[in-house]
Amino acid sequence: MGSRKHERPLSPNIQIYRPQLTSVLSIANRITGVVLTGCGFILVIWLVAAASGPDAYSQFQRIVGSWPGLLLLLAATFAFFLHLCGGIRHLIWDSVRAFELKQIYASGWTVVAASLVLTLLSWVVGMIIAGQN
Amino acid sequence: MTKTDAYFIRSSDQVPQRSLFKRYPVPHNFGVSPGSRIERGRTWRAPANATRTKAFEVYRYDPDGGKNPRLDTFEVDLDACGPMVLNALIWIKNNVDPTLTFRRSCREGICGSCAMNMDGTNWLACTRYIDETDTPAKIYPLANMKIIKDLVPDLTHVLAQYEMIEPWLQTKTPTPGRERLQAPEDRDKLDGYYECILCFCCTSGCPSHWWNGDRFLGPAALLQAWRWLIDSRDEATGERLDGLEDPFRLYRCHTILNCTRTCPKGLNPGKAIAEIKKMIVDRRS
Repeated sequence: MGSRKHERPLSPNIQIYRPQLTSVLSIANRITGVVLTGCGFILVIWLVAAASGPDAYSQFQRIVGSWPGLLLLLAATFAFFLHLCGGIRHLIWDSVRAFELKQIYASGWTVVAASLVLTLLSWVVGMIIAGQN
Repeated sequence: MTKTDAYFIRSSDQVPQRSLFKRYPVPHNFGVSPGSRIERGRTWRAPANATRTKAFEVYRYDPDGGKNPRLDTFEVDLDACGPMVLNALIWIKNNVDPTLTFRRSCREGICGSCAMNMDGTNWLACTRYIDETDTPAKIYPLANMKIIKDLVPDLTHVLAQYEMIEPWLQTKTPTPGRERLQAPEDRDKLDGYYECILCFCCTSGCPSHWWNGDRFLGPAALLQAWRWLIDSRDEATGERLDGLEDPFRLYRCHTILNCTRTCPKGLNPGKAIAEIKKMIVDRRS
């Protein structure tokens, strides 16, 4: 034992472990949570801009209305719905329901699909409302 | 198996999907200490008369050489070797490199000795078909373990965590003159939990255990904790829950469910942990 030159190495974990729906949606829930926290700050900036007067507000609107701004808003919408649907999935799990592997995968893909559909739907509705004004 | 089946998993024995991305987009040495970094090893060619061969990339570590782990490539003669990954490893040991070290015993998925990481997921080498592996097949020891040699992980820590949940019957009532009886429906509650073979595929595949394994007990130990919590003969339920109600020991489980996905016995550690959390909530009301 004493003559060992090398400390025992740690076998690789994240570097080799295959991404699966289970772990991918788990890390996605965390990332979207962080993203939404950042979006909270942007929301506050938006309110401050609105309170500061028409100049500040229109400047904010111009930034958000630009192509990169709209793209970020789209990503934020998707993050919101992914986090929401993922949260509902966790609530169901907390009551010890839907834990069979096929249910885990069914609910996981449902979360992905529902988030995409809800994002699309909210943008279509948003565009229609924006078009009417 | 069709391609869509590979994305919709119904039982843990379905092999992982072969397309899309095979590993997380992190650098190969992401968070890896200098002594654990894997270097390129040597390639061992197949025998000249072999017609049907397959390459296996195998993690090697020699504790005596003072060198880093390395990845050796072995070309295996499939016609001379049995159908399972364990057969390939035994063929390599018998015919190519007798120093290749791995644990094996029952060769039928009941002892849990040959648990290792194949193509990025944990499973038993004796119940994984060579046909179902990538080319080259990637053979690593169980993820996130201190390595004694080659594919042999040091299980001291995870076994100590198992010991921590006190996996034995605890009673307060006087010992009866005969065995403690159990109703058939109470015995049924243990189904799906008593079958654990302690291969530690789940604990080794749990990202929460990777980051907090020093204090988080991990799915294998917690599944066993539930097995004793619901045993109708056990009389230490309260003390057992007290021992588990801790921010790290139990609640570092974030229901990632890599455990349930990887269990070679088709058990459900993720569900067992959710049951423990619910039992703790229920006893407060």
